[in-house]
Amino acid sequence: MEIIQQVLFAVVLIAGVGFFAKNVKTLRRNIKLGKDVDVSDNKPVRWRNMMRIALGQTKMVVRPIPGLLHIIVYVGFIIINIEVLEIVIDGLLGTHRIFAPLGALYNFLIGSFEILAFLVIIAVVVFWIRRNIIRIQRFIKPEMQGWPKKDGNMILYIEFVLMLLFLTMNASDFQLQQMNVEHYTQAGSFPISQFISPFFDGMSATTLILIERTTWWLHIIGILCFLNYLYYSKHLHILLAFPNTYYGKTTPKGQFANLESVTNEVKLMMDPSADPFAAPADDVDAAPEKFGASDVSDLSWVQLLNSYTCTECGRCTSECPANQTGKKLSPRKIMMDTRDRLEEVGKNIDANKGEFKDDGKQLLGDYITNEEIWACTSCNACVEACPVSIDPLSIIMDMRQYLVMEKSAAPTELNNMMGNIENNGAPWPFNQMDRLNWTEEK
Amino acid sequence: MENGLKVPTMAELFAAGKQPEVLFWVGCAGSFDDRAKKITKAFVKILNKADVSFAVLGTEESCTGDPAKRSGNEFLFQMQAVTNIEVLNGYGIKKVVTACPHCFNTIKNEYPGLGGTYEVVHHTQFLRDLVSEGRITLEGGKYKGKRITYHDPCYLGRANNVYEAPRELIRKLDAELVEMKSCKKRGLCCGAGGAQMFKEPEKGDKDVNVERTEQAIETKPEIIAAACPFCNTMMTDGVKSKEKEASIGVMDIAELIASAEDL
Repeated sequence: MEIIQQVLFAVVLIAGVGFFAKNVKTLRRNIKLGKDVDVSDNKPVRWRNMMRIALGQTKMVVRPIPGLLHIIVYVGFIIINIEVLEIVIDGLLGTHRIFAPLGALYNFLIGSFEILAFLVIIAVVVFWIRRNIIRIQRFIKPEMQGWPKKDGNMILYIEFVLMLLFLTMNASDFQLQQMNVEHYTQAGSFPISQFISPFFDGMSATTLILIERTTWWLHIIGILCFLNYLYYSKHLHILLAFPNTYYGKTTPKGQFANLESVTNEVKLMMDPSADPFAAPADDVDAAPEKFGASDVSDLSWVQLLNSYTCTECGRCTSECPANQTGKKLSPRKIMMDTRDRLEEVGKNIDANKGEFKDDGKQLLGDYITNEEIWACTSCNACVEACPVSIDPLSIIMDMRQYLVMEKSAAPTELNNMMGNIENNGAPWPFNQMDRLNWTEEK
Repeated sequence: MENGLKVPTMAELFAAGKQPEVLFWVGCAGSFDDRAKKITKAFVKILNKADVSFAVLGTEESCTGDPAKRSGNEFLFQMQAVTNIEVLNGYGIKKVVTACPHCFNTIKNEYPGLGGTYEVVHHTQFLRDLVSEGRITLEGGKYKGKRITYHDPCYLGRANNVYEAPRELIRKLDAELVEMKSCKKRGLCCGAGGAQMFKEPEKGDKDVNVERTEQAIETKPEIIAAACPFCNTMMTDGVKSKEKEASIGVMDIAELIASAEDL
């Protein structure tokens, strides 16, 4: 009987981790559909950003209430994972509470896991109330209708149930320990579950063992399911926040990258010795570089990583001046659309034996509208607000480049402004020769 | 000059074999916009008073390309940048000061990659240094105890982390600096950035500058201080739309200082 349990556990574990590994492979493949960018610079700054922003949660506490609640859930999940390690070893070896010989330390650990689990339950309940009862603005924006809303609640339910299973498991275990049932080592302290165990008073050892085993199994299966839910959910941030903060922008927020392909052409144009009739260089067959971005493959892999990292908290959108004044633009939606389109492209590739088959769709136009792109003031409020260093602004700017340089589709007023700069070196129709007139005016 | 300002151009100084301490990059708004020209003149008054050796490019100056780049026209931006860099490098410019956060950001951050590396400071930083070096003295007087709220320009604040220089100057005027509910890192945009200045806003419930002006009015200020010609326009329009122009003034930091000094 014991050995069957162990074998079964190994099978479940391998299936759970294996399926997750497969999803990670798809995730990597999809992210790599993006253009290459050099992120090998500023390593010390990058490490510091990751430690501070992802590990240290510094940006979460800008909003103190959700920040504090989030830290509880975050710390809870990291620390309670030590318990998962024990469960896995017990499951594979057929042991029970294998870390029990740690004695007092073990009691302390189990005790603190319980307290954390309890705090996580409270935090999760408050999160649920914020989303569903108080209906905080940023959680009920148009892009949150349907699946994103369900996804958000689903994560809370799963976390609630996992914590409850953990505590129930401990409660029944505690009861069994007190009944001196064989195999149930006297170990651990149960500051929270001791309040659940009175419900088990008077139950037979067999029933209790059944409850203990059931909750033990459901708990670990639940965790494996949750691990595999990540890829289909906004919850990937618990893993991707780390690489994402590492690869985040290290230059001043106002510095937008200069397009190298344009620099080369501009240099050629400005070079008086360049022969305008010269035959193109050796790479005649190379397709001319596309300026800007209209689909996910025009974006960089860091931007695509950004899209998978987004957990749809909406802090960006709630700080966005355009969104605050009722415009269609929502930086969060830009990230969600990017991810949705990337997933669509990934599935297309899977369905067509590793080759992308043109589906006549693209990110700009089919997901993101021009109206959203033109409503941005480039103020960087969204970038500043993101607790995990996502840069929605860079995607917006890349799309403007595509609209202007590939499609000549700027709003008329902007075309006039650009015409003025081209003709007289100012965004307004004033003569460059009049630039000093102010010195003559009263 | 008609208005008593001394505004040497680089061409003149160069011909005389002189090199100024700093180049004043006036910018398009500062050169052409009626409201912004007052800021330019106020800043020059202070420069003259502090005896700063500076020069302007005058007719050799051209748009930095910021609105073109933020509109997505990278070609036009780089053409402008390369042309300007050629002029700046030709004169051997080392240090640039400007009263426009957009010019400031572009020259400081985006020109180096195209061959133009200079020490670039915003006029609020430059003025703060003049004060701390004792080259100008500020004694409250006119602004003592006045409620002044400061609007952070995005391209100075979030974009380049300059939050303190303008605030220090306001405090130096003995004014009562009151902060809006979103300020500094979380400051709300005036609505002009990203080339919005040059187009009608998209459909929505409200204009961004009105939203920001409402936040400013909540602080019950006598003056809304700005540090960007575009923010200045947006906030002035906002105050007008709220019919508060009689009780609330919108002024650039340079104007506050120039008028405190009664220059």
